[in-house]
Amino acid sequence: MDAKELEALSVESATIVTQQSAWTRVRRNTSVRLGGVVMLVLVLVALAAPWLGTVDPSLFDPVSRDLLPGKTGEITTLDGELLQHRFIMGSDSFGRDIYSRVIFGTRVSLIVGVATALVALAFGIALGLMSGFLRWLDGPLMRVMDGLMAIPAILIAIALVAMWRGSLLTVVVAIAIPEIPRVTRLVRSLVLTIREEPYVEAAISLGTSTPMIMWRHILPNTLAPLIVQGTFICASGILVEAILSFLGVGLPPDIPTWGNVMAEGRAQFNEYPHNIFFPGIFLAVTVLAVNILGDGLRDTLDPKMAKRV
Amino acid sequence: MLNFLVRRLLSTVPVLLIVAVIVFLMLRLTPGDPAAVLAGDAANTEQIAEIRRGLGLDKSVPEQFIIWFGKLITGDLGQSYYYKTEVTTLIGQRLEPTVSLALITITIAVLVAVPLGVLAAWRFGGWLDKSLIGFSVLGFSVPVFVLAYLLIWLVSLKLGWLPVQGYRRLGNGFGPWLTHLLLPAITLSVIYIALIARVTRASVLDTLGEDYIRTARAKGLPERKVLLRHALANAAVPIITVIGIGIALLIGGVVVTESVYAIPGLGRLTVDAVLARDFPTIQGVILLFSVVYVGINLLVDLSYVFFDPRIRY
Repeated sequence: MDAKELEALSVESATIVTQQSAWTRVRRNTSVRLGGVVMLVLVLVALAAPWLGTVDPSLFDPVSRDLLPGKTGEITTLDGELLQHRFIMGSDSFGRDIYSRVIFGTRVSLIVGVATALVALAFGIALGLMSGFLRWLDGPLMRVMDGLMAIPAILIAIALVAMWRGSLLTVVVAIAIPEIPRVTRLVRSLVLTIREEPYVEAAISLGTSTPMIMWRHILPNTLAPLIVQGTFICASGILVEAILSFLGVGLPPDIPTWGNVMAEGRAQFNEYPHNIFFPGIFLAVTVLAVNILGDGLRDTLDPKMAKRV
Repeated sequence: MLNFLVRRLLSTVPVLLIVAVIVFLMLRLTPGDPAAVLAGDAANTEQIAEIRRGLGLDKSVPEQFIIWFGKLITGDLGQSYYYKTEVTTLIGQRLEPTVSLALITITIAVLVAVPLGVLAAWRFGGWLDKSLIGFSVLGFSVPVFVLAYLLIWLVSLKLGWLPVQGYRRLGNGFGPWLTHLLLPAITLSVIYIALIARVTRASVLDTLGEDYIRTARAKGLPERKVLLRHALANAAVPIITVIGIGIALLIGGVVVTESVYAIPGLGRLTVDAVLARDFPTIQGVILLFSVVYVGINLLVDLSYVFFDPRIRY
C-alpha cells in the first residue's frame, strides 16, 4: 500500500468514526431512549386514533351526559345509528366521550408542538444568519429582538391569538413568535464563532459566494444546537397551546384539544375532577417526554450547552 | 459607579421604546374591530363608525401611535373600552392581589430552592441530588393549571385545609389573606423552584471545586460555614440572575394561576381584556409587565456589586 492510498484510507475511516460516535452516543443515551420511546408511542396513538376504540370526538348525546369513567351509555353517530359505548374516561356535560377527545387531542398537540418548533427555527435561522453576516442589519435587528424578549412570551401569544382569532395556523404562529428571538440569538452567536474558523476563511479566499458559505459551511455546523433548541420549543409549544385553549383564547372549543377538554371541565371540577385530570396527565407526560428527549440530545449533541445549565 | 448607573439606565430606554412600538403595532395591525365588539351585535354601520371616531380609531396608524405614545409618557394609558374607566385606575385596583401573590411565591421559591440546590451540590450524585434533577424536569413539564387543580382537589376538596378559590384583601386581616394565597403561591412556585434549584446546584457545584474551599476545609471550618460563607456566597451571582430571568416565567404563571383560583389580579385582567378585545387595557398590562421585567433585571445587574465585591462598575 503506498502513502497516497494510506492517506485516503485514514481520512475515510476518520470521518466514519466521528459520524458513528455522535449517532451512537445519541442512541445509547438513556434520556433519549426514554423520551424517544414515549414520543413514538404518542405518535402511534395520534395516527391510530380512529382505531383505538374511539368514536367521533364531536359526537354528543344528551342522554349520556356527565357519565363517570367506565360507565356504558349510548351515543348516536352522524348516520343516526344508536351505539352502545363504554366511556372509559367518562363524558362531559354535552355527552361527548372524553376518551375519544383526549386521544384525538394527541394529534393537535403533536402537530402544534412540531409546527411551532419548525416555524420558530425557520425564522430564527433566517434572521440569525442575516444578523451574523450583514453587519449593518445586526444592530437594529438585535434591538428589536431585545424588545421582543422583554415582553413575557405568554402575553405575546395570548394577545396575538386573541386578535387573530384561534385557528391552527394563528395559534402556531402566535406561539412561535416569542420563541424567534432566542433562536435568532443562538444562530447569530454560532455564526459569529464559526465565521472565524479556518475552513470558512479558506472558503472565502477561494471566492465562494456568501450564500454558498452559509449553506455549505455555516448551517451544517449549527445543526446540533438547533435540534436541541427545537426540541425545547416543541415542548413549550405544546404547553402554551394547552394554556391558550384552557384560558378560552386558543383553538375553537369544538376542536378536541387537551386544553379545550380541560376548559370544559372547569365548571364541574368539584363533582367530575377526572375531566381535567385525564387530559392533564396526557399533557404532562407528553411535555415531560419531549423535555427528557431534549435533555438527552443536549447532553450528547451539544456538550457545551449541557455544561452551561 | 454613577457613570455605570446612568449608562445602564439609558440602555433600557431603547428596549422599552421598542416594546412600546411592538405592543402598539401588535394590536393595531391585526384584524378585529374593537368598535364593532364594543357596539354589540345589534349596532348598525353608522353607530360603529361613530364609536370608532370617538375612540380615535379613524386616524392613520402613525397618528394613532403618536397620540398614544404622547399620553403614555405622561402616565396616561387611555380609557378601557370595556370597563369605561382609566386603565391606570384599573391596574391600580388589580395590583394588590398580583403583587401579594408574586411576593409570596418568590419567598417560598427562594427559601425552598436555594437550600435544596446547595444540599444537592454538597452531596453530588446522592439521592437528594438525583431526586432534585428529576423534580426539576418534572417541574418544567407539569402545566401550572394541571398542578393547580391537583392541589385544589387534594388540599381544599379532600383535606379541607385551605379555601378553594377567591381572594381576601390584606386590609381585611392577615390570616384570610395568607390562606387564600398560599395554594396559588405553592402552585406557582413549583416551576420557579425547579429553575432556581437547578442553577443553585450547578453554581455551588462549580465553586465547591475551587481551591479556597479546600483551604477552608483544611483549616478546620465547620462544613456549614464552608457551604454558606464560602461556596454559596461565591455562587450567588448566577442564582440572583436566574431569579431575575425567572420573573418572565412568573408573569406567565400569574395569568394562568389567577384564572384558576379566581383571584382578581392583573393576570385575570389580561385574560378578560383579551376576551373583550379591550386594546388599551391589553396594551397597558403588557407594558406594565414588560417594564417590571426590565426593571427587575436592572436591579439584578446592580445587585451584583453587593453580592460579589470583586465586581466594580
